[in-house]
Amino acid sequence: MLSQISLQEKTALYLSGVNKSFDGFKAINNLNLMIAPGELRAIIGPNGAGKTTMMDLITGKIRPDSGEIYFRSAIDLTKHSEAEIANLGIGRKFQKPTVIETLTVFENLELALAGKRRVRDALLFRLDPQGRARIDEVFDTIGLDDRRHHLAGSLAHGQKQRLEIGMLLAQSPELLLVDEPAAGMTDEETETLSRLLKSIAGEHSVVVVEHDMEFIRSLDTTVTVLHEGTVIAEGPLAKVQQDQRVIEVYLGR
Amino acid sequence: MTSTVPLTKGGPLIVQLLREKSTSRFLMTLAALAILMPVLNLAVPQDSMFHVSTYTLTLLGKYLSYAMLALAVDLIWGYCGILSLGHGAFFALGGYAMGMYLMRQVGDRGVYGDPLLPDFMVFLNWSELPWFWLGFDQFWFAALMILLVPGTLAFAFGWLAFRSRVTGVYLSIITQALTYALMLAFFRNEMGFGGNNGLTDFKDILGFDLQSDATRNTLFVVTAVLLALAYVFCRWITTSKFGRVLVAVRDAESRTRFMGYRVEHYKLFVFVVSAVIAGIAGALYVPQVGIINPGEFSPINSIEIIIWVAIGGRGTLYGAVIGAFIVNYAKTYFTAAFPELWLFLLGGLFVVTTLYLPKGIKGLMDRLPVLRKTTLTEGA
Repeated sequence: MLSQISLQEKTALYLSGVNKSFDGFKAINNLNLMIAPGELRAIIGPNGAGKTTMMDLITGKIRPDSGEIYFRSAIDLTKHSEAEIANLGIGRKFQKPTVIETLTVFENLELALAGKRRVRDALLFRLDPQGRARIDEVFDTIGLDDRRHHLAGSLAHGQKQRLEIGMLLAQSPELLLVDEPAAGMTDEETETLSRLLKSIAGEHSVVVVEHDMEFIRSLDTTVTVLHEGTVIAEGPLAKVQQDQRVIEVYLGR
Repeated sequence: MTSTVPLTKGGPLIVQLLREKSTSRFLMTLAALAILMPVLNLAVPQDSMFHVSTYTLTLLGKYLSYAMLALAVDLIWGYCGILSLGHGAFFALGGYAMGMYLMRQVGDRGVYGDPLLPDFMVFLNWSELPWFWLGFDQFWFAALMILLVPGTLAFAFGWLAFRSRVTGVYLSIITQALTYALMLAFFRNEMGFGGNNGLTDFKDILGFDLQSDATRNTLFVVTAVLLALAYVFCRWITTSKFGRVLVAVRDAESRTRFMGYRVEHYKLFVFVVSAVIAGIAGALYVPQVGIINPGEFSPINSIEIIIWVAIGGRGTLYGAVIGAFIVNYAKTYFTAAFPELWLFLLGGLFVVTTLYLPKGIKGLMDRLPVLRKTTLTEGA
């Protein structure tokens, strides 16, 4: 299907023939995926389809057994650590909202703010006007302005999700990986989130992993269906939903 | 745990720090202690009820050095979540470096009167000074070693442990093993550190008689001043962005990595700083108590430090200092009055603190209505 992707094309993210097994269990099986710059992509799949493993592979948390993972068509991600990959411009949002609960909302964003990450830089850090302006910009996007100096731990679930996306934005990544953002959210929160993600795409490439169909529908974008660690269908949601294999493994149940 | 109070006022960070209520209050208390105690000891006549004996003064000086050790542990445990159960090792190494200097100061006044060799070496029939004792006759060299030995060990240990991402209980167990291994090593006579008996029978420091009241008072004041400096330094670290990265590592380590921070570098830096502070504390402890022996490496000592910090309130720095004072005062009292009860009491204190006072005495203070107003404005 997609195995003939050429590296010559400009891609934000490129995975080709990626394999990863855990104790003989093939979590990722000859996975091919290509995300164009500025694209918003939804990835769905039943539990155990390998969605989170894929995220772990891209962000350098684990290494593939074989296959290629390239960022911006040129950078081999399998050769970098998590921190390096983050600094290259890939931000990751976890399934469970992980913000630093004992710091304020503002401090969370300040930590995530793009900039030098060495020990010395952190010791001598003073927030400059550009940084402050960038944080204000992020507040404009995610809301939460009235919660600026509240502890992040005091936020509601949906607010934490938004803060975490804000942290990704402050990092100014080219590519955002968002893992099941709608989990545990109210309908209203889900709607806000969907609008937020759509507004981010274009400037950034965004990959959303999700299995809430309503949420996927509201994103209104290309959908990739993952099953047993491999892509079984790709296209607009309406088309994917017609696919016989997709119905079999996922939607039909 | 609201460990980071945002600093909003302008000016250099150090000025902002001194303006902070908790810091200035802490420094004032320490200054008062450093001025009052020597006055009560030296200027107030012995028969006055306000007289402070040299024994009490030295005891307080010992507590001050323990407080510094607790500060070092709180810096890594309270802020970065590194539960070191071997910090006594860095304290003892600093202490040994100071002890070696003090031994060389004895000169030919030892029991055997050897101009070069400390008594225990003469006793072991050694004919020359081992190479690692060279240079310790110079104070500047010993002072350098007080910083370098604990710092280097912490760097080597931390580099291996943090790079391999050893965390949590596994890290605690290795630190415990580290101090235990050092204890066994220092117990051996062949190591050249006085074996079982350690280093003792010191005569003077920088030419001043260690037994004299003037020297004791000076040591007390020096300890207080260094504790104040260490406190301000730790406060500077924890209120900088570096401190917020530490808190992030403590609360969500992998999140911090995905934000692009090299977590192992941050941990290594703070671990080394903490070990150096512990080493200085040990070096201040030895001339005041007059002995250093391998017992200081014992794992129980390191665990006790954790109890001081937990009881005082972790992640606040001054909580650790309060904890060190209270627990050690209680220890001094109970080991004399009811020696067989002390360990039960210590264990009981720890259990009660963990169950009912998760934020320690510092947390309790925050809840008292009298003090509430000030702490609230601090946190606002």
